[in-house]
Amino acid sequence: MAQKTRTTPAGTPTNVTQNHTKGGIGESTLRPDGTLKVTGEFAYSSDMWHEDMLWGQTLRSTVAHALIENIDISEAVAMPGVYAVLTYDDLPAKMKNYGLEIQDTPVLANGRVRHHGEPVALVAADHPETARRAAAKIKIDYKELPLVTDEASATAPDAPLIHEGRDDHHAGHVPHPNIVHRQPIIRGNVEEARKRADVIVEGEYTFGMQDQAFLGPESGLAVPAEDGGVDLYVATQWLHSDLQQIAPVLGLPPEKVRMTLSGVGGAFGGREDISMQIHACLLALRTGKPVKIVYNRFESFFGHVHRHPAKLHYEHGATKDGKITHMKCRIVLDGGAYASASPAVVGNASSLSVGPYVIDDVDIEAIALYTNNPPCGAMRGFGAVQACFAYEAQMDKLAAKLGMDPVEFRQLNAMEQGTIMPTGQVVDSPAPVAELLRRVKARPMPPEQQWLAAGEAADVRALPGGLSNTTHGEGVVRGVGYAVGIKNVGFSEGFDDYSTARVRLEVINGEAVAMVHTAMAEVGQGGVTVHAQIARTELGVTQVTIHPADTQVGSAGSTSASRQTYMTGGAVKNTCEAVRAKALEIGRRKFGSYHPAWATAELLLEGGKVVTDGGEVLADLADVLEGEEIDVELEFRHRPTQAFDLVTGQGNGHVQYTFAAHRAVVEVDTELGLVKVVELATAQDVGKALNMLSVVGQIQGGTTQGLGVAVMEEIIVDPKTAKVRNPSFTDYLIPTILDTPTIPVDVLELADPNAPYGLRGLGEAPTLSSTPAVLAAIRNATGLELTKTPVRPEHLTGTGV
Amino acid sequence: MRVNFTVNGRKQEADDVWEGESLLYVLRERMGLPGSKNACEQGECGSCTVRLDGVPVCSCLVAAGQVEGREVVTVEGLADYAAHRADSHPGGGCASGSCGTSIDAAKRWTAHGSESPRAQDGQTGEAGGLSPIQQAFIDAGAVQCGFCTPGLLVAADELLERNSEPSDADIREALSGNLCRCTGYEKILDAVRLAAARQEEAV
Repeated sequence: MAQKTRTTPAGTPTNVTQNHTKGGIGESTLRPDGTLKVTGEFAYSSDMWHEDMLWGQTLRSTVAHALIENIDISEAVAMPGVYAVLTYDDLPAKMKNYGLEIQDTPVLANGRVRHHGEPVALVAADHPETARRAAAKIKIDYKELPLVTDEASATAPDAPLIHEGRDDHHAGHVPHPNIVHRQPIIRGNVEEARKRADVIVEGEYTFGMQDQAFLGPESGLAVPAEDGGVDLYVATQWLHSDLQQIAPVLGLPPEKVRMTLSGVGGAFGGREDISMQIHACLLALRTGKPVKIVYNRFESFFGHVHRHPAKLHYEHGATKDGKITHMKCRIVLDGGAYASASPAVVGNASSLSVGPYVIDDVDIEAIALYTNNPPCGAMRGFGAVQACFAYEAQMDKLAAKLGMDPVEFRQLNAMEQGTIMPTGQVVDSPAPVAELLRRVKARPMPPEQQWLAAGEAADVRALPGGLSNTTHGEGVVRGVGYAVGIKNVGFSEGFDDYSTARVRLEVINGEAVAMVHTAMAEVGQGGVTVHAQIARTELGVTQVTIHPADTQVGSAGSTSASRQTYMTGGAVKNTCEAVRAKALEIGRRKFGSYHPAWATAELLLEGGKVVTDGGEVLADLADVLEGEEIDVELEFRHRPTQAFDLVTGQGNGHVQYTFAAHRAVVEVDTELGLVKVVELATAQDVGKALNMLSVVGQIQGGTTQGLGVAVMEEIIVDPKTAKVRNPSFTDYLIPTILDTPTIPVDVLELADPNAPYGLRGLGEAPTLSSTPAVLAAIRNATGLELTKTPVRPEHLTGTGV
Repeated sequence: MRVNFTVNGRKQEADDVWEGESLLYVLRERMGLPGSKNACEQGECGSCTVRLDGVPVCSCLVAAGQVEGREVVTVEGLADYAAHRADSHPGGGCASGSCGTSIDAAKRWTAHGSESPRAQDGQTGEAGGLSPIQQAFIDAGAVQCGFCTPGLLVAADELLERNSEPSDADIREALSGNLCRCTGYEKILDAVRLAAARQEEAV
């Protein structure tokens, strides 16, 4: 097999530095990395290349729960082209586990595997195929153990413990060691309130395991350095969180692990956890050569955590005039073999389980289990998605039982500014829930039977089943459904959530130029675009350079929880304000004696000049800065939050809330059990749109991921073996352009007085209500109850469960 | 084995190619053309779409040996390919789908590194050197993470070549083999409509 790989070096391991010249906040400035991305020149993590590099390969367990009795690497080591084969015994440091909150995840399995696909051994070779073949030659003797796969098997008194001897900070508060975390929330008196109810509805809902399915696979390049450290170029959501987990298991001080963000092909929560980072570094340090790891799609399904599947039991009551009296719910999330973000997902699922409604009397419990299923953690919507699916189904049930219109019923109970959450927290900024519903309802309906619009013969592309030419429309019925959801923004429950920005202002070629350096992971959301917009607005310059994200600057926190525009955007804003103050100080020193306004007026930076608030130009910014350079690095924090009380769930746990509503119009072929979503109209409050083009793109993308859950997306885990059945894009389906309808978007901008520019984090909210809206529409079309995601043909035709 | 073929108009020779290597691997790892993306490597996502003698294919499913003596166009060569089409067939498509880039035209083509002037700025009208569909993707906001973009561009360009006024249903049908996880496709539809409209205006 050929040893030589690429003959023409390309995709050098650097990120791009970007300049562009127009657009402050509020303008739909185009992406600075757009040109590189449309020409194929943007270097994604899988494009990284280094002379003399090796390819890394992971060997993963073929069983879900077993003791490893023996590992024989002799044949693999002997293969020509193989440079290293590593197992648990080769780990260099005392610390051998990592994890976001609880360090329970082994870098390589230590005598036991807890889920299908757990990493057991590593290979480095000179060709990816050599590495794969060598990994296949490693012999592992497994002794299989009993499986824990659901709540009953996990919490039985004699259940095998997934993690024995737990000593994490949740261990003392959980009713069983196979429960990662439990959060109850009690407010008011449910039993008293229940007596006021004229109707009561109950429901049991099942939410399937969703995958982030980002297009760019887990990948990166680790380059050993002369100082014994390592340079890592990788796609991630949070460089500094990775660094904190990587350095200890490599036995290196953090400053010897230098991380640079390489091009990220989507994330959606799936890159919050470590995947190949540590493995590539281990192989690079062992072989002394650069090592690149690129997962294929099959491995990607094992390489990241998924959305928690959930079982949700809800009870609501309402008076006959339509007021909700109380809510009881129990949410069981399956966290799989390792904790990942499960504790925080529990916090979100419980605290957001009432939805955007006023309900004073609640009894809530959410738990996450340890099982032998695939580990679950962060995904867009983070615990709020599963709850929204259930409470919105309940709203429709209540409305139906009361004979009320489902939208009017929701509006009657909608929260607003001033509403008290079940956690006791007051919603202290606009909460336009009723208005969002009004807007999606008021939108004109898409024409009926669009497959006939083209002419005489049915255009099968517009029918359920589409190009498969399965029907000409005979059994197709239409349905309409509504949903609305509430999501928190930022990290909650007392977490010290901050972001850092460094801004330099200097004169280059006679012009004042700003350089913005943060560690923010650009995963496609457009942070690089808005940071430049903010710098232009605050500093009045036209040229802004966005420095590649790396660990040479302070942490930006995670690109998740809808927080980056708020947090790193806020950091860039604050830092620019400090830079501006310094520029004006220099100006006063240099030119203050020429004009009294330097001392007396409110001064601004606009169009490369220092101007008074009356519009009088005092100086060119370039003249002010001539011979000087301003360089400021600052941290930005949102207002503090509190942990939820472990018994009552009370506490000001969240930073900000964000809201979105959907109206789904579907056509269902009741004979074939096929669904076509015709339109998914959306309305969302974004506080302030810094870049409307990006805002709409985020809302449409999030809506489509919710649609996917409703009708096709699910990782199927065999309940008997806990093995993943469909780890491929052939079998795990995500919506294509044919499955995705028109998504008209209606954006409200009701400013949050506590947030930078009044903005609201927005990326996650559209993923919440999209799914229940589609489900409601399918129920409306078919009259079926439909309590599971995704809806499959057998659920619609009555031929399966 | 040795494989001789034409990539973006340039004659290329790949040595020591293992029989199991895909065209995608040869392009990315041997030719230094990583624009074609590796998202599923089983023909499901379309991220690696290239033109093979004018026909859009998933390069992950094409064995390297199959391209012996044939012409490949990747996203890196898309702008020149589209420019050539506009020069040779003003206002019209290339119905045969096999126009390709002439060798003479190809000799003028050079790989653009990230140091090239057009890489410095992504603003409308300032970039230059882009095909209409590439420019439309930027202008319409159809690029987010951008991983699916190269494959979508090659597929969309081929659609516009054979159908200069595609309906929405035509666009959806043509791009149904290309997965995108970020955009919700609405802005991709906008981009194709925009490129078609600009093509119309230009006639």
